[in-house]
Amino acid sequence: MASLKDLSRRRVLRGMLNGGAVTVGLPLLNVFLNGNATAMADGAPLPVRFGTWSWGLGLNKQVFVPKKTGANFDLPEEIASLKDVQKHVNLFTNFDGFKDANPNLCHKTGWVIMRAGAAPATQTDLPGQSIDVTIAKEIAGPTRFQTLTATSTGNVRDSFSYESATSINPAEVSPLLLYAKLFGEDFQNPNAPEFKPSPRVMVRKGVLSGVMDRTNDLTKKIGSEDKARLDQYFTGLRELERQFDLALTKPEPRAACVVNPGPKDEIAPGLDYTLVGERHKMMTDLFVMALACDQTRVYNLGYAAAFSGTIKPGYEKPHHTATHEEPLDPVLGYQVNCSWFIRRQMESWAYHVKAFADFKEGDGSLLDNMLIYATTDQSLARLHQIDGLPMFLAGRAGGKIKTGYHIDGNHEAATRVGYTAMKVFGLDVPHWGEQSNRTSKEIGEVLA
Amino acid sequence: MSPVSNLESKSRRRFGAGLRASVASLLTLGVVACSDGGSEHAAPAAKAPATAAVADFGGTPARVRRMSPEQYANTIHYIFGDDVRVVAALTPLPRTDGLQASGAASVGMTIGEIQQLQSSASSIAAQILDKGNPGERIAPRRDYLVPCKPANPAAADDACAAKFIKQTGRLLYRRALPEATVAGLVADAKRGATNLKDFYAGLGSVIEGMLIDPNVLMIADVTEPDPNNPGKRRLDSYSVAARLSFFLWNAGPDEMLLTAAEKGELQTTKGRAKVVAAMMASPRLEHGVRSFFDDMFGFEEFIGLAKDPATYPMVTGQTLIDAREQTLRTVVAHLVTRNEDYRDLFTTRTTFMSPALAPVYQVQPSLGWVPYEFPAGSPRVGLLSQVSFLALHAHPARSSATKRGKALRELLLCQKVPAPPANVDFSAVENPDARLRTARERLNFHSQNPVCAGCHKITDPMGLALEQFDGAGRFRASEKGVQLDVTGTLDGKAFSDVAGLGQALHDHAALPTCLVRRMYSYGTGGPLSRADDPAIKALSSAFAQDGYKVPDLMRMIATSDAFLEVVERVPSPARTAGLTSHSAVEAN
Repeated sequence: MASLKDLSRRRVLRGMLNGGAVTVGLPLLNVFLNGNATAMADGAPLPVRFGTWSWGLGLNKQVFVPKKTGANFDLPEEIASLKDVQKHVNLFTNFDGFKDANPNLCHKTGWVIMRAGAAPATQTDLPGQSIDVTIAKEIAGPTRFQTLTATSTGNVRDSFSYESATSINPAEVSPLLLYAKLFGEDFQNPNAPEFKPSPRVMVRKGVLSGVMDRTNDLTKKIGSEDKARLDQYFTGLRELERQFDLALTKPEPRAACVVNPGPKDEIAPGLDYTLVGERHKMMTDLFVMALACDQTRVYNLGYAAAFSGTIKPGYEKPHHTATHEEPLDPVLGYQVNCSWFIRRQMESWAYHVKAFADFKEGDGSLLDNMLIYATTDQSLARLHQIDGLPMFLAGRAGGKIKTGYHIDGNHEAATRVGYTAMKVFGLDVPHWGEQSNRTSKEIGEVLA
Repeated sequence: MSPVSNLESKSRRRFGAGLRASVASLLTLGVVACSDGGSEHAAPAAKAPATAAVADFGGTPARVRRMSPEQYANTIHYIFGDDVRVVAALTPLPRTDGLQASGAASVGMTIGEIQQLQSSASSIAAQILDKGNPGERIAPRRDYLVPCKPANPAAADDACAAKFIKQTGRLLYRRALPEATVAGLVADAKRGATNLKDFYAGLGSVIEGMLIDPNVLMIADVTEPDPNNPGKRRLDSYSVAARLSFFLWNAGPDEMLLTAAEKGELQTTKGRAKVVAAMMASPRLEHGVRSFFDDMFGFEEFIGLAKDPATYPMVTGQTLIDAREQTLRTVVAHLVTRNEDYRDLFTTRTTFMSPALAPVYQVQPSLGWVPYEFPAGSPRVGLLSQVSFLALHAHPARSSATKRGKALRELLLCQKVPAPPANVDFSAVENPDARLRTARERLNFHSQNPVCAGCHKITDPMGLALEQFDGAGRFRASEKGVQLDVTGTLDGKAFSDVAGLGQALHDHAALPTCLVRRMYSYGTGGPLSRADDPAIKALSSAFAQDGYKVPDLMRMIATSDAFLEVVERVPSPARTAGLTSHSAVEAN
């Protein structure tokens, strides 16, 4: 075993391949894990993954924000469904997004601040890059997908992940296609006893080199304004090349990796909450497998769009419309149907967290080696408020985060939560955010 | 029919028109233009365009546009055959200045998209070179899409590979490939064939590479010095070909167009007019017209559109698909086949009907699609009364006068209805009284609040005229027992019913100008700037002189200097006519 540990698998395979197609018999799975499967055989800890989750149209403060802060906080009606996962999450309330001199763009300014640290200037503006992209550059490692993005809405445009204002990561909308993407013919089971590098991939890599040369030639023919777009294209081709290299290398065994059969049928189109919820469940389950099999270390899943159009059967107004048209209940003091929509979303959030928490990895759970950052677009959607924003963090991030706390932000910058996530993942950033959203303060109360 | 002839028949159906034209060398304008079957529609014969339209109103900036998903698929289908499946290769373009097409000039490609593109390219390459299915009498595509047989299918064959690469590359890259590029690709094919011991597998890897090449995916305007205007630049001949082709056909150029480009015909007024006339006589014009109006009408919103089945049980997924198709069929028949006045689209009673639409229109179901004319006196008059407009701009379970009014303003008149201010407290206008049963009563109540009134008066007067149609587009004379009042005004012109609204829109000065703006922007590949004002003015005038005939407008744009001369890019944001400071359109 010790001698095997000293071998560089990549070097061995490259040497044996020597440009040709061979089948390499590999040692059994347990050879590559330590005794209790909490780390790789070489002592490296299991990877810590980052996820984002989003829900639409904020909260009703009266029934969402716990009275108590710290541990063992109470669960008001709107988040009562979190009971089973409370110990795995931190809830942040009363944090603010600051628009500064920019307009408060309805259902946009809030989420952009929480995801990118800055307020957008216009409806088409997206400052910087989203936090998942930033963190992926740090932690993606030898995975097939730097990030994966999906939505439960069925609309490819419902994405909160972007590299730049003109490069938005489209959301996968079909569980069937997401399964095929993850576990289709290009998937290499990390626990397969044998590894056969694909000669076809080697050929592809050679062809790609020519594509990159021709990309450079094209760059010389176009104006400076378009060069940046070609540069970005070139970066994408480089990443493709890295993936071809990866495909030629035996993946590290993943004890937790189990690939279940994919979904059989597509969910019918539509925004009825039952359809959205079903799509959300299927996407969640696929992301569990994707992370367990180390296909990606960063994912984004949206339950709703920023202008959530989720439908409640028998109620004529979809969620967003209801936030503006439903009267306040004179007794309860909030919009009852709007709260119904938020409660359904919190149920899905609980499902999402529990799916990872229930999945064993090493001597703990997959969620123990994750951090999931959940955001919304407004606080009180009826008035498009971006003060008093709620957020969640779920998972222990490989032991760097304590969970089960409710933190009152006291109107400090909402970016503190995202900044905490970045620091947990080891990003060397002295601060995050722009203007009033800039912060260099982590949320110390949840750091282990 | 013998098995052999049946097999041949299937082969022909699967045969890519682009490569078929290449193989057969059918390069003359008339032959190629008429060789593409499948459509009954073709533009009427060219006639002399209005004088004003051919005036020199300047060029447009050189742009780099990313192909739309439809353009990519159309190009693949044209070259390799309609039955090649193109799955999720590219993501939709962002809507910019009223068009998705204008977003092509600024959108980038993320890492994830390129990964997806590669996966799609692999699938397409495998299909192009498939071995067929003798059991189902399906001929191998490789037999007719590759113009030669390798001497040994298990080994490289440089000559055969070069032949395929030159032919296919010319169509995919929209210009003849330089010898060095061909040599590089042949070397790739050889390496692949040798390592994989399969000629076709080697060729497949080259196809995959071509299909992820930005030279294919990005439609780059390449410029050269303009010999007729010293000191200025113009598009090179191949870039003109690409602009024409994506504008008129929504796909890459064919052999005819590339040959004309090689001969320099596209850079002369006479030559370009001849080529444009041939392109407009092609059935492929229908693709271009459908694509433009699908974009202008915002029909991408049909993706994900759903109606509450409890409220509208007659609406199925097929209903919504057919609603979109009905409007596009109406547009093509009206504008292209019959060459009628664009404005009459909003007053015509002529359309098409399908079985899935019949229950919504409350008419007798037909067998398949059939032409249909609503009787005089019917409230179904023009596109505004079609299910596509009514259902798309409504809520899942109810109508929306405000959404419909906003869509009319923005999509058809190119006016901007501003977003509501973030801090509007809608609680002041929430419906407090169940006695308010119709949308007019509710919106009148809203208008008592001056914060809301300013915006709702922009959208509601014409939207309320469409309240005779519910959220699915079904006719109703009353709502909750109250007879609907469908009178209203559109920018000062009063009307008493839906037909009157259609006529008011027909007569609105902004209606044809908006079409000109959108079509010019669509054709030239980017958002408008102030530098385009002379072109819009000249084209609008000519459009009116020609009786608002859309094929003439397309011809004028395609033969104008905008498709040849290059000017500096003006960093101007999208401009649309503003109306008021804010509105509450999202809420109602």
